[in-house]
Amino acid sequence: MKVLMFGWEFPPYNSGGLGTACQGLTKALSAKGAQITFVLPKKVDLNLDYLKLVFGDKNSSVYVVNSLLKAYLNHETYYQEFSINPHPTNYGLSLMEEVERYGRIAEEIARQEEFDVIHAHDWLTFKAGIAAKKVSGKKLVVHVHATEFDRTGGQGNNQLVYDIERQGMHEADMIIAVSNFTKNKIVEHYGVSPAKIRVVHNSVDFENYELSKIPKLREHNKIVLYLGRLTIQKGPDYFIYAAKKVLEKYKNVIFVVAGSGDMEKFLINKTAELGISDHVLFTGFLRGEDLFKAYKMADLYVMPSVSEPFGITPLESMMTGTPTIISKQSGVSEILTHCLKVDFWDVNEMSNKIICALKYKELHETLKENGFKEVQKIKWENSADKTLGVYNELLGVK
Amino acid sequence: MVSVCFYFQVHQPYRVRKYSVFEIGEANDYFSDKSESNLNNKKIIEKVSEKCYLPTNNVMLELIKKHPEFKISYSLSGTLMEQLEEFSPKTLSSFQELADTGKVEFLSETYHHSLAFLFSKPEFRGQVILHKKKIQELFNQTPKVFRNTELIFNNELAKEVADMGYLGTLLEGADHVLGWRSPNFVYNSVMNNNLKLLLKNYRLSDDIAFRFSERSWQDWPLTAPKFANWINAINGDGNTVNLFMDYETFGEHQWESTGIFDFLRHLPGELLKHPDNDFKTPSEVMKSYPSVGDIDVHNFLSWADVERDLSAWLGNPMQESAISTLYHLRDDILKTGDKELIALWRKLQTSDHFYYMCTKWFADGDVHKYFNPYESPYEAFISFMNVIHDLRIRINELKKLKTTNGQNIYKL
Repeated sequence: MKVLMFGWEFPPYNSGGLGTACQGLTKALSAKGAQITFVLPKKVDLNLDYLKLVFGDKNSSVYVVNSLLKAYLNHETYYQEFSINPHPTNYGLSLMEEVERYGRIAEEIARQEEFDVIHAHDWLTFKAGIAAKKVSGKKLVVHVHATEFDRTGGQGNNQLVYDIERQGMHEADMIIAVSNFTKNKIVEHYGVSPAKIRVVHNSVDFENYELSKIPKLREHNKIVLYLGRLTIQKGPDYFIYAAKKVLEKYKNVIFVVAGSGDMEKFLINKTAELGISDHVLFTGFLRGEDLFKAYKMADLYVMPSVSEPFGITPLESMMTGTPTIISKQSGVSEILTHCLKVDFWDVNEMSNKIICALKYKELHETLKENGFKEVQKIKWENSADKTLGVYNELLGVK
Repeated sequence: MVSVCFYFQVHQPYRVRKYSVFEIGEANDYFSDKSESNLNNKKIIEKVSEKCYLPTNNVMLELIKKHPEFKISYSLSGTLMEQLEEFSPKTLSSFQELADTGKVEFLSETYHHSLAFLFSKPEFRGQVILHKKKIQELFNQTPKVFRNTELIFNNELAKEVADMGYLGTLLEGADHVLGWRSPNFVYNSVMNNNLKLLLKNYRLSDDIAFRFSERSWQDWPLTAPKFANWINAINGDGNTVNLFMDYETFGEHQWESTGIFDFLRHLPGELLKHPDNDFKTPSEVMKSYPSVGDIDVHNFLSWADVERDLSAWLGNPMQESAISTLYHLRDDILKTGDKELIALWRKLQTSDHFYYMCTKWFADGDVHKYFNPYESPYEAFISFMNVIHDLRIRINELKKLKTTNGQNIYKL
């Protein structure tokens, strides 16, 4: 099986779960013998449109397209990128122009490469996927990790982005959704027949690190962690409101907010306004070993997302033995049983559960043990099998 | 001669409502859920009464009228009887009507359907006495046979039951207890030759209770003549067939549409076609047949799950902690002498609360999940523990009150 895959980002150069998911899936697919040509945008300070790299394993190769596109961009942030870039010659003047340009380069790559199926991850690459389909006549799978409705929390959708998403979904031969939660959104908001959608849940690939010593912070405090982009979709504000409510009852709790994003300033101000600044720590964006440390030092991880198509972070947290509270408005809640679940808007219940998970050590212990066992069974291998099943279904392979 | 011995367990707990940590010390109603969820006790009693208790009682009354030989036995928990009094008096009257026929035996159990035997012998005895009084009051008969919650049994329990003056008790006819022996005879406890034991024939009981509507089962559909033939086959090789099951089998676990009521309606007639079959209640079986041997059970045995042990109630740290915290309150709560508080505390002892916290099979979506009114075992634990903390505060407040008044009341 030869796959031409269009992605956005890849660790370690990732800013969120999309890169983690693409990497996990690609690795597992190649392990099963699929040959993947992975195309991703990255700014290269050279005057060329793209370059081809050979991957670690001989099966797969990577095309790096010289582009300013990256995950989680919007019009304003694209413009910032564009203005500070010293070689603006080739790049599109706006985000949409750049997406179109990326599509044209994809067309060129598609002409040169040999493949059986095209697989495009999220809206930025949909144009590229469609272009590749046109020149090759091969089947197109679009993989939906998030929709515009998730990113904006349903308010102020960008029409241009929505249009590209819709076009990609309609021109695709099959759609992979990361959860039933996302599948329902696609059916409801994009007018796609459920018959065309397959659900492939994400998984987790995570090594367990041991902390060399218990952090000082934890000697006298319980630590509750938020880890994610600080943006409306992820609900960090609900985390802060829950923190306030918990601190009214228990003083020895520290709330750690790990991540960066457009709500950072708002959150810091809100924390001060609520008078809990001395109990809330902002760490900025974490990656690599710091990420493990954050999970590991926490007594509890909270994912309060307003709309989370999947949500890999709770799996990572459970893998390190830290129990989790997750929003019911998430894809991952479909596959997890050994965690606590809340509606993101229910701050009272969120704080009730935070307190109980910290206060009742047997609850903490049972969640930790069962959660760890549960997450061991969630493997990229299974997601890859389902993805291969989608390819085979499309190509009529039995 | 084969005697068919029916015993039906009729029980409903007082489910704890969703009770948040912020309510501790503020709200002292624990069982008052008014939502559409399955935590609403009134709603459950009304629903189960309509679907199961009333129609099944009617069938039983018909059968008793039609077949003078037909007899059955029930064990009604105290928490059920109280809830019937409050939420469905007509269901209670229909049980009373059955009692009045003289063909129905009521068994003894712990009033609160509790695991008290495992944690406090005095508490256990107290609840058995409470239950006995309630049965006398409502049904005008005195139980002679005891059955422990979920058929939990071991030698120690047998001794206790004998000391309390019962004729005998019931237990699961587990393979590892019986070995090559058959459950279709009367046995006695190794602890006491006079304490008779009836063992559940779990194959035939579960054919009705669990497999009746199971289409993948080779014997589906189960009809009354077919089942009667299986019983007839025991003739000459057994004295009693002990069919023990939850009463909710009829109409609740097996819906009316499965044909369970028709099956029940026809079964006694089919059984009576064989001249050597009859019906006996547990005490009659115990009196009619001699014991054929000793039963020796060291580790606790129950009728739950494939394990037939205590792991459904005491299998994880949450369950252990919830139950031991609860029983630790006993001395303090009895010292308050506050009847209302003691009653609340006892309602929290019902075994179902701990069953809801079971994580053993949680991911497999089997019977534990089916019978769990909470979203997860963790939710069950959270509300339960928060309630216990509230109860503790109330005990302490009463204690303070007592000392200021200079009184000191000790009461059971």
